[in-house]
Amino acid sequence: MSSRRVVVTGLGVIAPGGVGREEFWNRIVDGKPAVRRITAFDPSPFRSQIAAEVDFDPAAAGLTPREIRRTDRFVQMALVCADEALADSGLDLETADRDRMGVSLGSAVGATITLEDEYVVASDHGRDWEVDHRHLRPFLYQALVPSSAASELAVRYGAHGPAAVVSTGCTSGIDAIGRAFQLIQDGEADIMITGAADAPISPITVACFDAIRATTPSNDDPEGASRPFDADRKGFVLGEGAAVLVVEELEHARRRGATIYCEVSGYAARANGFHMTGLRPDGHELAEAISAALGQARLDPEAIGYISAHGSGTKQNDRHETAAYKRALGEHARRVPISSIKSVVGHSLGAIGSIEMAACALVLKRGVVPPTANLATPDPECDLDYTPLVAREVRAGHVLSAGSGFGGFQSAMVFSGAA
Amino acid sequence: MSARRAVITGLGVVAPTGVGVTDHWEASLAGENRIAAVGSGPVPLAGQVRGFDDSEFVDSKLRVQTDRWTWFALAGAHLALADAAFDPSMENPYDLSVVTASGSGGNAFGQREIQALWNQGPKAVSAYQSIGWFYAASSGQLSIKHQLKGACGVLVADAAGAIDALAEAARLVRGGTEAVVTGGTEAPLSPYALACQSSETALSGGADPDRAYRPFSPDAAGYVPAEGGAILLVEERDSAYGRGAPTVYAEIAGTASTHDAHHVTDPSPDHRQYARAMREAIARAGLAPADIGVVFADGAGSRDRDEAEVAALREVFGARRVPVTVPKTMTGRLCSGGAALDLAWAALALADGVIPPTINTTSTDLDLVTEPRLVRGLSAALVTARGAGGFNSAAVLTRP
Repeated sequence: MSSRRVVVTGLGVIAPGGVGREEFWNRIVDGKPAVRRITAFDPSPFRSQIAAEVDFDPAAAGLTPREIRRTDRFVQMALVCADEALADSGLDLETADRDRMGVSLGSAVGATITLEDEYVVASDHGRDWEVDHRHLRPFLYQALVPSSAASELAVRYGAHGPAAVVSTGCTSGIDAIGRAFQLIQDGEADIMITGAADAPISPITVACFDAIRATTPSNDDPEGASRPFDADRKGFVLGEGAAVLVVEELEHARRRGATIYCEVSGYAARANGFHMTGLRPDGHELAEAISAALGQARLDPEAIGYISAHGSGTKQNDRHETAAYKRALGEHARRVPISSIKSVVGHSLGAIGSIEMAACALVLKRGVVPPTANLATPDPECDLDYTPLVAREVRAGHVLSAGSGFGGFQSAMVFSGAA
Repeated sequence: MSARRAVITGLGVVAPTGVGVTDHWEASLAGENRIAAVGSGPVPLAGQVRGFDDSEFVDSKLRVQTDRWTWFALAGAHLALADAAFDPSMENPYDLSVVTASGSGGNAFGQREIQALWNQGPKAVSAYQSIGWFYAASSGQLSIKHQLKGACGVLVADAAGAIDALAEAARLVRGGTEAVVTGGTEAPLSPYALACQSSETALSGGADPDRAYRPFSPDAAGYVPAEGGAILLVEERDSAYGRGAPTVYAEIAGTASTHDAHHVTDPSPDHRQYARAMREAIARAGLAPADIGVVFADGAGSRDRDEAEVAALREVFGARRVPVTVPKTMTGRLCSGGAALDLAWAALALADGVIPPTINTTSTDLDLVTEPRLVRGLSAALVTARGAGGFNSAAVLTRP
């Protein structure tokens, strides 16, 4: 059994409605949805024409022209977030043993924007199947294989430890932190730069969710469109963003006098083995993941003071999830405050899991639970305390976050108040 | 408390060398060059998986939902489970997992759908684009197909990813999972994927299949891309013996990963992080470099990268000329499928006591195995891989 404990010592967030940790926190506590008609391209041909976009200018955020030229938007957001997280951690890179510092970055769809943009040029608007490579920009291999994002982070900070991109679809953001947690527990690293980034707001991504009617068609009411657990919910709102966490071995953090947000105390993943996009209403596998994560943290369900829900706002997810909480937590499911910040920042696919873990770290630190915006008329089948509309003061000792994604993947993670 | 140990009990090869272990191993020991001309695009040569009948492994309903890369994974998993005589339906599904390495995802699928979108509009996009192209498609489909409901994973570390996936599989088994389907496949030979790779300076422009990919040779001119890979079944050692697994090929004795952290596109002139990955994998296996009987090397095929690999091997093995082989010279480099195929080669080498050869190249710096070599008592193999951007991974497999 591992005796090495893992703590969070730095946070960086870029989310719709706010670049930076504090802007993000204020936004989700205010419960003010950052959803609008898509500006990245003309959305009029699409069923869903709205998204939670980030007003992110990589140059203004400090990236150099070269860095911008060779990277996709998801990498740019990861780099800026990582700078914020490392500064927050107070880690001195000069003295850190960087052979023991690794990278675990989640992303569901990698460099989609770059790959689509370049294809449109090289194929002459999709006319040619055999594309003319002479029209392509350089660094396209780095877009094709998204592990380049982990390399960008490793190079930026001189991290020589294990590095990889974790790409388990919409649970990537939890699973990437889970991998970082396990590598430190197992002694393969002392510090991990972890988190996730996705920038999926491109025509092909919007079209692919249109095709399965997963995203909301509520184009005339962008701010009211992301309504997890509400009776009138009509699908999720596509988002973008990134969060990076610095996690490290507890004694390592103590020795350098780091400020500790919380402990990563449990992580588990399961798969439903049922369907790539469909969910069984019983939530059995998500409940299994939650129970296993609690078991690893050696906690009873009653210890959980807040749940950051997956809460995507699709009909099937929110019921599935409600069933899973009841199954895993029993009566406590009815008492614990739960909320979905996707009501404010949308669903940024792989990134959102890490953004939600960043929110969880801040909930523990600040004693406030962000609300579920737009939850005006709760779905009778989603009959738990989903913290409608208004933030709440909650002194939680332990918080749980759940994620569910395509492929049938279900993940759960527990953060515990400072060790 | 007796520690749980992870072993490889099933191999499912879908590669230019063949579909299925028997054909693959026979072609490998014969040193057959499977690099050949491919179309008229910017990349003249590639290693293709020939004789692959996707309908044999993937039913028509699933075929329209998935890319060729996932077909390879489905076929590989089917073959690996059959090779291991392992029936997942007899197990608790939560005790089974799948962890694959992913590289470029469902290339042809994605290209087709983007083309449909830009040519015909949003309504022409397939309902399966959201599940066919993304990097988790293969792990997800394998989980559903074989009811693998434990922790599932997808790792992307370019060509090093399959060793990281193997390491994850071993971690899961040590932590209580009974069996893990792991490995990696790649289908990067569709037009747009090839065009994206053509920006890689490390890609060989040569048109002669016998001279285009010659790692460690003084006139090395880059690598040839290839498709395919391998899926492996990893099990807990005692359970595998307990159920009478037909072949316990190898034990996963130690793994390690490092990153050069030098430059995102240019190879590091410094070999030390690569050497550290090898050294740590050997140390975690409880072995010394002298115990390693063969190295399945990365064999990038360009001068600077090859020189760094020679330097790393020298740092780890000192004056000893450890046998080195790059059987990928028969196939080309398969991105995330490459290290998986190397692991399959190493497992077969340990089981049969013979090292598969490197073809089309020679080296004055290394004991490069250029003919199949019988080695009495071959007990440990080091498999190494590097990924573009600076990834270094190593695994030590031992004879159980």
